[in-house]
Amino acid sequence: MDLKDKLISSFMAFENNVDVDHPVHDVRMEAIKNFEEKGFPTKKEEAWKYTSLNSLQKVDFSIFPKEENALEYKDVKKYFLHEIDTYKIVFIDGIYSSYLSETTHDGVDICLMSAALSKPMYQQVIDVYFNKVASKDESLTTLNTAFSREGAYIYIPKNKMPRKPIEILHFATGNEASLMLQPRNLVVVEENAEVQIIERHQSLTGNEVLTNSVTEIFAAENGIVDYYKIQNDAPTASLIDNTYINQKNKSVVRVHTFSFGGKLTRNNLNFYQNGEYIDSTMKGVTILGDKQLVDHHTLVHHIEPNCESHQDYKGIYGENSTGVFNGKIIVDKIAQKTNAFQQNNNILVSDKATINTKPQLEIFADDVKCSHGCTIGQLDEEALFYLQTRGIPKKEARALLMYAFANNVLATVRIPELKTRINKLIANKLGVNLGFDL
Amino acid sequence: MAYTEEELKKELETKEYEYGFYTDIESDTLPIGLNEEVIIAISKKKDEPDWMTQWRLEAFKAWKEMEEPEWANVRYKKPDFQAISYYSAPNKKPKYDSLDEVDPELLDTFKKLGISIDEQKKLAGVAVDIVMDSVSVATTFKKTLAEKGIIFCSISEAIKEHPELVKKYIGTVVPKKDNFYAALNSAVFSDGSFCYIPKGVRCPMELSTYFRINQAGTGQFERTLVIADEGSYVSYLEGCTAPSRDENQLHAAVVELIALDNAEIKYSTVQNWFPGGKDGKGGVYNFVTKRGLCEKNAKISWTQVETGSAVTWKYPSCILKGDNSIGEFYSIAVTNNYQQADTGTKMIHLGKNTKSTIISKGISAGKSQNSYRGLVQINSRADNARNFSQCDSLLMGNECGAHTFPYIEAKNKTAQIEHEATTSKIGEDQIFYCNQRGIDTEKAIALIVNGFSKEVLNKLPMEFAVEAQKLLEISLEGSVG
Repeated sequence: MDLKDKLISSFMAFENNVDVDHPVHDVRMEAIKNFEEKGFPTKKEEAWKYTSLNSLQKVDFSIFPKEENALEYKDVKKYFLHEIDTYKIVFIDGIYSSYLSETTHDGVDICLMSAALSKPMYQQVIDVYFNKVASKDESLTTLNTAFSREGAYIYIPKNKMPRKPIEILHFATGNEASLMLQPRNLVVVEENAEVQIIERHQSLTGNEVLTNSVTEIFAAENGIVDYYKIQNDAPTASLIDNTYINQKNKSVVRVHTFSFGGKLTRNNLNFYQNGEYIDSTMKGVTILGDKQLVDHHTLVHHIEPNCESHQDYKGIYGENSTGVFNGKIIVDKIAQKTNAFQQNNNILVSDKATINTKPQLEIFADDVKCSHGCTIGQLDEEALFYLQTRGIPKKEARALLMYAFANNVLATVRIPELKTRINKLIANKLGVNLGFDL
Repeated sequence: MAYTEEELKKELETKEYEYGFYTDIESDTLPIGLNEEVIIAISKKKDEPDWMTQWRLEAFKAWKEMEEPEWANVRYKKPDFQAISYYSAPNKKPKYDSLDEVDPELLDTFKKLGISIDEQKKLAGVAVDIVMDSVSVATTFKKTLAEKGIIFCSISEAIKEHPELVKKYIGTVVPKKDNFYAALNSAVFSDGSFCYIPKGVRCPMELSTYFRINQAGTGQFERTLVIADEGSYVSYLEGCTAPSRDENQLHAAVVELIALDNAEIKYSTVQNWFPGGKDGKGGVYNFVTKRGLCEKNAKISWTQVETGSAVTWKYPSCILKGDNSIGEFYSIAVTNNYQQADTGTKMIHLGKNTKSTIISKGISAGKSQNSYRGLVQINSRADNARNFSQCDSLLMGNECGAHTFPYIEAKNKTAQIEHEATTSKIGEDQIFYCNQRGIDTEKAIALIVNGFSKEVLNKLPMEFAVEAQKLLEISLEGSVG
């Protein structure tokens, strides 16, 4: 039985465990119908031209974990941003771990999707926001919608800001031979509110994990959202991350994606600017090694006038890795005075590495400033030589130059401890110890 | 440039499609529809050898299995391939000894097009192989070229006279099963140009052909094959105009360029097929496959000015097979009213130290859609490949669209690729500056557009540069205000 059939038959079992009278259940039914019709995307589709899901579909994933698993905090401490105090929403094999988590209802709601979907007090928010910006058409998103039950639920009311950043962590313990996870997150930031979120998926063993995640983010007028995605998973873990962002007037949303690990990582990042004077920023650093694939698909849809978007993705590709970048900017007819900027720089450090990049502009308004730049190149031999003449070994010199290359992206990380952590991850990935803090 | 302001003013006043006339020449037209008999009939009419007939039939067989591509960013009513007549030749076709013998009506047509054959002989030094509805009716300067060993004739003549060359090279760059329209062309191509430059010869003049679609309801299926042997050089010009027709006409040409070691081919096109009326009615469908192959140290340079056609679907490409080979692509695509263009290039780097440059300028006005679609592919063995791409779009008015779809695929770590794209409109301050100095808005725009396109216009041979500049202005006339 292939994965698609298995998922469709699992949906019936899933229905036994959820409240089928809840209005969200109609949404799930619609969604599974769409997935059944479309199935997994194939390489024939333009959006999946460079990324094949064939091998993943052959794995016999278990859709529901059989038992609850516990982890000791000391074993997983290193995956948390433990240097600072944070709210934590932690899942182990897709199941909420209250022991490792720290949630709150003090002025803001930082809790669980399962609670939001079942308790009447959240009903109003769910009615207004749940599955409103996520695609009802894209097959993997609808697959997630069909199985949506658990994940993070973050609601920041007007004029509020949580005292500390929020961490969302998903652990896979490897108790199952192969596990498929489908977390569903909802983030709502009301007028003048602000939030900082760090998301991380971590597999703890060499067993196969596939995560198909959907996150919906709503930023109301003057709302500010900082979202950091750390993708440094085990080499047997794959991630399909679908993020949909709906922005209103004068809101600011910044999404940073750091992709160092995992087997196959696909990021679908979609911004919809439903208002004026909006600022959308998406930045990413990708450093890949053997047999890894990271596919960044971004979309910015400029729907209203006077908005800005900034994209900056840097990639360093080694060994047998493959990198894909597809950045699409759509500017509607009425979206005059749009300022859309996109940059994608890549370094290939191996003969076996491949980079496929496709910046794409679709512009229907005339009074706009849109540009995109894309480069593929190597480290500057002269700069390398200069550093070596100053006594820096070649390996470190290379790493230093790569740091510099990625630094633009790190400059806008607003949590200093997180920046340090990412610097360490980069050093680790490049296999050097520079002995100083960058 | 070489024309005065008065002339330009006059041009602008006659902004309607100026080449929209129809010459009444009796044509020898095949019944509409496409099947094996039609292909055999075309082949027979042209006295083709058996291998050519078989080649056409194979292409037709492949075509039947293929589906019309839908990936391009254009919307149009698909042509009914069974409602087209696939062959139409002016039927009074004597071999002319002098111009006096040519059908006077035909001469009149040429006059309207501004190609005075005798004048060109003397002044421009251009040998023109005029293709009018598929059959070559006038060839000049053949003698001069023959002295150098250059073969420049219609492809049907080449099939008869130089079968060994045609057989060796036809379909090697654009295989007959390459794509839907190339397969169709391979099956039914009526005529086209053939050019062979022998080893070490530098062609002394710009070779050029003019294409026209004349007979109502006939598609034009041109086939061009240019071979530059080792160390040779040729510059080839192609210009197109077509009379107004309400019904959409199909143009599916194939152009193959082969540059052997150390050879250089410069291929320039001015395309001005009928773009359709102001309301989007009519116009030519231009589905063209153009591709060149570079051997060692060879260079192919494509320059195009696309102002016409209702729908354009065209990607002049270079396969940089040999080491140190160079591919260039310079393009201006102008769309106005309801025109749609999806054009660009493919640079396939296979050899070492290969270089490519892409400069594409898109100008959209009215309700038109203009897309750049390109591919830069660096193969894993193509060490030290270098590419520079620049795609700029200019938008006029808020009902048109500009799109870019650049694909970049690199499999070699020594590759250096740069890609830049910008989209903007003509700045109000720029126009204000011109107005201040007494240049009216219309002229200011012409000035700015010319500046915007200059990098590409500069690459055109002189004769074309003037024509192209005028075309740009005429195409954009009335689009601002």
